[in-house]
Amino acid sequence: MDIAYDNKNFCCTGCRTVYSILAGNGMESYYNLQEAPGMRPGEIHSKYDFLDNTDISAKLLEFHDGPVHVVSLYIPGIHCSSCIWILENLKKLHGGIRESQVDFPKKSIRITYDSNTVSLKEIVQLLASIGYEPNINLQNLESVQGSGNRSLLYKLGIAGFVFGNVMLLSFPEYFEVEEFWLEQYKLFFRWLMFALSLPAVFYVAGDYFVSSYKSIRSGLLNIDVPIALGIAVMFLRSLADITFGYGPGFFDSLTGLIFFMTIGRYLQQRTYDFLSFEHDYKSYFPVAVTRVSGEKEEAVQVNEIVKGDRFLVRNEELIPVDGKLLKGNALIDYSFVTGEAEPVEKQRGDKLFAGGRQLSGLLEIEALGSVSQSYLTRLWSDSTFREKKEDRYSTLTNTVSCYFTPIVLGIAFLSLAYWLYRGYTDVAFNAFTAVLIIACPCALALSAPFALGNLVRIFGRKKFYLKNASVIERLAKTDTIIFDKTGTITTGNSAAITYEGDILNPEEEDMLKSTLRNSSHPLSRQLYTILHSNGILTPDTFQEYQGEGIEATYTEKHIRIGSAGFTGNKNPDIPRKTSVHISTDNHYRGRFTFGNTYREGMLFLFEKLSRKYRLAILSGDNESERSYLEKLLPPGVQMLFNRKPKDKLNYVRQCRNRGAGVMMIGDGLNDAGALQQSDVGVVIAEDTNAFSPACDAILDASRFRDIPQFIDISRKGIQVLKISFVLSFLYNIAGLAFAVSGQLSPVIAAILMPLSSVTIVVFVTVLTNFISRNLK
Amino acid sequence: MSVIYILITVSIVVAVVFLAAFIAAVRNGQYQDNYTPSVRMLFEDELVKEEESHETDNKQS
Repeated sequence: MDIAYDNKNFCCTGCRTVYSILAGNGMESYYNLQEAPGMRPGEIHSKYDFLDNTDISAKLLEFHDGPVHVVSLYIPGIHCSSCIWILENLKKLHGGIRESQVDFPKKSIRITYDSNTVSLKEIVQLLASIGYEPNINLQNLESVQGSGNRSLLYKLGIAGFVFGNVMLLSFPEYFEVEEFWLEQYKLFFRWLMFALSLPAVFYVAGDYFVSSYKSIRSGLLNIDVPIALGIAVMFLRSLADITFGYGPGFFDSLTGLIFFMTIGRYLQQRTYDFLSFEHDYKSYFPVAVTRVSGEKEEAVQVNEIVKGDRFLVRNEELIPVDGKLLKGNALIDYSFVTGEAEPVEKQRGDKLFAGGRQLSGLLEIEALGSVSQSYLTRLWSDSTFREKKEDRYSTLTNTVSCYFTPIVLGIAFLSLAYWLYRGYTDVAFNAFTAVLIIACPCALALSAPFALGNLVRIFGRKKFYLKNASVIERLAKTDTIIFDKTGTITTGNSAAITYEGDILNPEEEDMLKSTLRNSSHPLSRQLYTILHSNGILTPDTFQEYQGEGIEATYTEKHIRIGSAGFTGNKNPDIPRKTSVHISTDNHYRGRFTFGNTYREGMLFLFEKLSRKYRLAILSGDNESERSYLEKLLPPGVQMLFNRKPKDKLNYVRQCRNRGAGVMMIGDGLNDAGALQQSDVGVVIAEDTNAFSPACDAILDASRFRDIPQFIDISRKGIQVLKISFVLSFLYNIAGLAFAVSGQLSPVIAAILMPLSSVTIVVFVTVLTNFISRNLK
Repeated sequence: MSVIYILITVSIVVAVVFLAAFIAAVRNGQYQDNYTPSVRMLFEDELVKEEESHETDNKQS
C-alpha cells in the first residue's frame, strides 16, 4: 500500500521516515545511486537497552581513548552502493559521529564517534531507524577479527619477490654459452639465488612441510607430501649442484613452483572469506538478558546467568536458558526446537525450555541452570557435531595422492638402480633426483582448488553458498534427498489464510484492518497484509490482551480479534490449525484459519528429482498434511511426521549406514543435528544473513527449483576434475621421460612446470564455466 | 666487469625496499577490503551549501 509524502510514494511508514530523515539532512542523493536502495526498517523495541551496560558496550568497541570511541558493527542489510554512500555519510545524520567506513565484502562498518555527544545505543538506534539494523550477537563480543589471510598475503609478496629475482638471475646460465665473464661470476649469481630462495623455501613453503609431517605421522599420505618432498629434493639437489659445481641448480623452478602454489592458496582463501560458516550456536541467543534481583533490573551477558537467577524475557525474545515461569502470560513458540509452529501456553510454575520464543508480553523466569546445561546445547553437543565433516571424507585429490607418492618413489629408485647397473653412477643420482623433482603433483594439487573453487564461486553467484570446495564432491555423490517440511518446502511468509463465517461488511473490514495495524503480533501482521481495504481508521481505544487478542473501538463500534474464548465463539476449534476469530459489537462473525503454503516450484522439483533420487520428507508437525501431499507429489516419496530433532538425526544416520549419499535440506535449528549428520546439509534461507548453523550450504529460497541442476553440475565438475588429473599425468610422463634418461636440464624443468600449471588451471576454469552455462 | 657486483647488489636492495613497502601496506590493512574502494571512488563530492536562505540545487554536483 502506498503512503504519499512530499510527492513521492512509499511502501510503508518506515521508508517514509527514512526519506524524511535523509531529505531533512540534504541527503536525497541516496536515492539517485541505485534503483531500489535501502531496506525496510523494522520496529525498534527497547531491545538495545543492553548497550547501556558499559561492560557489554566496551566489549564491542575496537578502540577507546577518552571520548574517542571506535566500534565495528556487522550490518547484514548492506547490499548496494547506496548503502555504502549513506553509511559513509552517517556523520551528516548525527553530529557526534566523526567518521564511518564501510567494508562491503564483510558487510561491516567502522564508526568513530565522540562518546560525550552520542552513545553506542543511539548510534545503533539511528542505524536501525534508517533500515540498516546491525546484527549484534555473542560472536561479535568474543571473537577478535582474525587477520588470517594476512599471513598468506605476506607469503604471496615474498614468493613473488623471490621468484622474479631468481628468474632474472638465472637467465645468464640458460644460454650456456662459454663466456669468460660467465665463468667468473657464476658463483656469485648461484649463491645469490640460493640466499634469495631461503625465505621462499622455509617461510612460504613451510606449511607444506608441517602438513606432510603431520600426515605422515598419522599414517596417511596427503597431497602435500609429494609437494614437500619435491621442494626438499629440489632445494637440496640445487645446493649440492652449486656447492660441487655440477650446475646452476633448480632454484628458478623451485621458486616458481612455490609462487604458483601460493597464488592458488590465496585465491582459494579469498573465495571463502565472504560467508563465515562456523558460527557458534551462541549466535542464536540474545546477547544480554535482563536480570532481576529484587527491585533492580540490569542487563547482563547470557553466560553470566546461573541457576536461581531471575530474568526477563520480553515479547518476541528467545528464552536463553531452561527456566521456571514465575510471572507473565507465556505463549511460547517452540518452532526452533520441535518444528511445531503452534505456540504453546504455559502456566506459572511450568518449565520453559531454552530456544522458545515468547509471543505475548513480558515474562519473568527463574533459571534452572546456566547456558551450557541447557537442553538445546546438549542436543548440539551430540557427538555428531564435534567431528568435522571433512575428516569423514577423503577427497579425490587425497585418494590419488595416496598412490602418487609411492609410484613416483618407485620410479625414482628403479631408474637409480638401472643406471647403477649400467655403471653410470652420476647419471644414476642425476636421474634419481630429477625424477623426484619433475614428478610434480602441483598440477594435481591445483586442479581441485581451481575446478571446485570456480564452481563454488559460480554457485555462490547463483545464491547457492557452499561452505568449501569439498562439498561439491559430496554433492556429486548424492543419491538420497531428505526434506524437512516446515519452512523448507513450506514458506513461512504467505500462509494460506481462509475465512469461515459471516461476510464482513466494508465498515467492519476497515475496522478489522485498522485494528490489526496496531498490533505487533505475527498473526496480526500476516492477516493485515492479505486484507484488502482502503479506509484505514484510527481507533478511539485500543488494547492488546496478552495471549488473548486485541480489542478496539471506533466511535460507537467495537471489534474484538483473537482467540475463540476472547471473541465469544462457542464452536470448537479445528484441531491443530491456527485460527483468529472476529467479533464486532459482541456478535461473533467468523474466523480466519492459517494453512500451509508450499514453495513455488516444489511440484516441479519433486517430479524432476524423483526420477533419479530417493526422496523423503521429515516433519515435526502432525499427520494432517499427509493425504494432501500424497496426492500432490509423485509416488515413492517417503513421508514421516511427528519427528523430533533426534528422530530426524537418526533417520539420516540410518540412511547413511545403508550406504546412501544423503543430502538433507532443512531450514535451521531444529534439524541442525540431522544436517550435520548428513553428507551434505543444506539450509534454505529466505534472508540468507539471518542464520548460519553448522551446515554445508545455504540455498536462497528463490533458487529452490534449481537443486537438481546444482547436483548435476557438481557431477560434471568431478568429471572435469578427473580429466584434468589425466592431463597432469601426461605432463608428468613427459617430464619423467626426460628425468629417467638423465637428460633433465634446469631449463626443461623451468619450462615444464609453469607450463603444466598454467594450462591445467586455464583448462579447468574454462571447462567449469562451460558446464555451468545453463544456470540462469 | 666486476662492477656487476655493485649493480646486482643495488638492484636487490631496491627490490627489497619495495618488498618492505608491500609488507608495510599489508600490515596497515590495505588489502583487507578489496571491493569498497572501487565503489567509493565513484561517489561525487557534494557542493558546499549556500549560506543564504535561498537553497540552490545542492543535491548533486
